[in-house]
Amino acid sequence: MRVLRVGDDALLVEVASGEEAQALHAELKRRRAEGLLRVTEIVPAARTVLLDGLSDPARLAAELTSAELPPAPPPSRQAVEIPVRYDGPDLAEVAAHWGVGEAEVPRIHAAAEFRVAFCGFAPGFGYLTGLPARYEVPRRATPRTAVPAGAVALAGPYTGVYPRSSPGGWQLIGTTDTVLFDHTRVPAALLTPGTRVRFVPVGAGDAAVPAGPGGAV
Amino acid sequence: MTDRALAVVRAGALTTVQDGGRPGYAHLGVPRSGALDAPAAALANRLVGNPAGAAVLETTLDGCAVRPRSAVVAAVTGAPCPVTVNGGPVAWGAPVRVPAGAVLEAGAAVGGVRSYVAVLGGVAVEPVLGSRSTDLLSGLGPAPLTDGTVLPLGRPVAGQHARVDVAPQPGPPTELVLRVTLGPRDDWFTAEALRTLGTRVYRVSPASNRIGLRTEGPALERARTGELPSEGVVLGAVQVPPDGRPVVFLADHPTTGGYPVVGVIRPADLAPAAQALPGTPVRFVVVRHR
Repeated sequence: MRVLRVGDDALLVEVASGEEAQALHAELKRRRAEGLLRVTEIVPAARTVLLDGLSDPARLAAELTSAELPPAPPPSRQAVEIPVRYDGPDLAEVAAHWGVGEAEVPRIHAAAEFRVAFCGFAPGFGYLTGLPARYEVPRRATPRTAVPAGAVALAGPYTGVYPRSSPGGWQLIGTTDTVLFDHTRVPAALLTPGTRVRFVPVGAGDAAVPAGPGGAV
Repeated sequence: MTDRALAVVRAGALTTVQDGGRPGYAHLGVPRSGALDAPAAALANRLVGNPAGAAVLETTLDGCAVRPRSAVVAAVTGAPCPVTVNGGPVAWGAPVRVPAGAVLEAGAAVGGVRSYVAVLGGVAVEPVLGSRSTDLLSGLGPAPLTDGTVLPLGRPVAGQHARVDVAPQPGPPTELVLRVTLGPRDDWFTAEALRTLGTRVYRVSPASNRIGLRTEGPALERARTGELPSEGVVLGAVQVPPDGRPVVFLADHPTTGGYPVVGVIRPADLAPAAQALPGTPVRFVVVRHR
């Protein structure tokens, strides 16, 4: 664990893997919930957790450097289910990267169990891990100027769902009608760090298949 | 409709509603947003008797004009500009009375970039995640004002407007001096690049906006190639994209990023950064962590 100063009020804690980052994030959230850590933001990411709004970052840095990281807690009991039509324009390209037939892509993707490693890019956009490493794919060489809301997409080790239309360079494999972010809803974001997620294939005409908690609305 | 409202007569180039922003949601990818020149926004509120976190209007370069439906106390702070009520000059940086139906205009800035217009009661659009701020990166909060927009005003709290003629304010910077602590990714740059950052003069790029203050000047050379996995980024972070020119993250900055952050500027230097016109010289002064 490496602790880096970020300005006068923040720390960036760097660990060796995504799993360690998730364990560290869970531990820091626990400390905050128990009143042991006063902090404005706890932002997990690929290999780091950012702590912003600290009153005494130097002291916490010293403490964290010598701390033993407890193992990651068990994942949340219930998985969020996201119904997906596997109809993305990049299915063939993903199939080629994976070395499988195009019809295999939905089967492989929907068989995996995902976990929200972290959020970013846009409100409600989660970086989901869970696909075996051999299924990593590169970003598209040329990003699209507009990816539609609800696009289910792959890049590197991650799966993501675009909460709203935006430019994007990920490989599009499907579409969902599930609303990822709605500021009038509590909680606003369907996917928060640590949440378990499954993608459930639906046919082209089954857009309104009911989902699990927080599913299609 | 209630008469506690403001009609927008002239929206200006870019006028947004801003308050203290929505910190605490970065883990969901929600930017903090909020007034770029926070001390100027707080002063405008104090002048009219609002709590510091009330929502105000933030203008960009050419001001705006609004017509309150009932008599209000208002104040314009931040970038200095001519202030008029129904065309007659009134004070900038002081509480002014605006009769019902009169037009309060903040004119084009004579220095600086962003003026703040506070009205007693505050702009009372529906908050989103606890804030009324317009976030131009993610689209949360009210859309930028357009001519004809009607904004509700809140009820005044029991406070009094300030009894001052003109409140002193720092002038817009002719040279922007940004104190920067190095890290977390200063080790991604060559020693020469860090010397360049601390000694050479940059200029504010016209491509700057509420997301970031972009600079023009010598490129910072990386000591390491390859990609940095996405990591959380703070307000004031000095991120270095592949072109090597530092970008200072302002209120609407993305919550995570994959380009290395060479340093972080002191919070007190964010307000002058919000008022620096394109072309203003920028010097980064490396300081130690507190």
